[in-house]
Amino acid sequence: MGTIFHLDIVSPEESIYSGPVEFMVAPALMGEVGIYPRHTPMLTKIKSGMVRIKAQLKEEELIYVSGGMLEVQPDIVTILADTAVRSHDLDEAKAIEAKQAAEEALKNRESDLDYARAQAELIEATAQLAAIEKLRKRGH
Amino acid sequence: MAGSREIRTKISSVKNTQKITRAMEMVAASKMRKAQDRMKKARPYGEKIRNVAAHMSGANTEYRHPFLIERDTVKRIGIIIVTSDKGLCGGLNTNVLRRVVGAMKAWEAEGEQIEVSCIGNKGLGFMSRINANVISHVVGLGDTPDMESLIGSVKVVLDGYTEDRFDRVYIFYNRFINTMKQEPVMEQLLPLSDERMQDEDQESNKPSAAWDYIYEPEAKPVIDDIMVRYVEALIYQALTENMASEQSARMVAMKAASDNASTVIDELTLIYNKSRQAAITKELSEIVGGAAAV
Repeated sequence: MGTIFHLDIVSPEESIYSGPVEFMVAPALMGEVGIYPRHTPMLTKIKSGMVRIKAQLKEEELIYVSGGMLEVQPDIVTILADTAVRSHDLDEAKAIEAKQAAEEALKNRESDLDYARAQAELIEATAQLAAIEKLRKRGH
Repeated sequence: MAGSREIRTKISSVKNTQKITRAMEMVAASKMRKAQDRMKKARPYGEKIRNVAAHMSGANTEYRHPFLIERDTVKRIGIIIVTSDKGLCGGLNTNVLRRVVGAMKAWEAEGEQIEVSCIGNKGLGFMSRINANVISHVVGLGDTPDMESLIGSVKVVLDGYTEDRFDRVYIFYNRFINTMKQEPVMEQLLPLSDERMQDEDQESNKPSAAWDYIYEPEAKPVIDDIMVRYVEALIYQALTENMASEQSARMVAMKAASDNASTVIDELTLIYNKSRQAAITKELSEIVGGAAAV
């Protein structure tokens, strides 16, 4: 060890990169950071941008990440990539939207209820029809 | 002959139903494979972020996140219910909702207030029917759920926790065990239980105490972000598990329906043949009887 470290880039929807690397550069929030093996533990946010990876005996590789978190341990580095573009305001807007949708749904409870009731009645009616048919068959 | 025509139309109608259920079974089978893939793909992120969270709880952080702090009194409870958007998947949603109702009754008996966030149409419909307090919901996620559509409604719940509107948050979903078996489960989401993180600790070699990360730009926003993502990852994982469960439950239900249709068709065919033969026998005996009379 000492000349390489393990790098994992994962997003909630899939694993993007996993393997030993010599050196990497990530777009941290305060500027780009280059990481060699045995780096001090560090935790930082990253911006959207390119992650540059140099693995042993391989060409440099570029991977796009749309922001996320970077965790550095002496011989393991993890990038938790976001799949969505995020910022505090955007998240807030989404939360408000979700809340409003719920309130709307509560207001429209009547109509939902009617629909549910209609569905229940329909199911009951079909069951009754089936039962009647069966009885009729027995009778014959 | 009275019955035979009716029986024939009945047989053909059952056959049509069987065609539909068989098609749905095959669709569910192929979707199930994809849903399982997605569930497996979501796992590494969950594991990694759990490791980071475990490292963090081991580290000597100067700031302790509210998600990690257990509260003494529990008065208000937030629950997240993950169900499917569509029906025709056997008892999947019923099982999980039964679990929810049981828990809600117990909490209500202890005088706790409950607020609900629904992911999936079936849970939302049920919750609004029983007049539960629904604070947020997501429906129509389709077959490829993405994190982005979850963020809003999850944030409503997480904010509720940080703003002290809830003292505890639980999540209900169907855990995928195998194609034949899915299990409704209730898990405590917030505060994050220590045991959950400890599980992973044994795998990752725990660094010695009294160390801390370098935070950029500062500890608080970074830890806040990690914690929110951690909880979101847990919810996303629950969602993918539930979707895999949904597809396999639907496949099994549709297979049972197709099999039932076959037995019904067999029975009806038997009845049809019998009645046809009875008619022939009757006709013959009439002819014979008529000939004898002459």
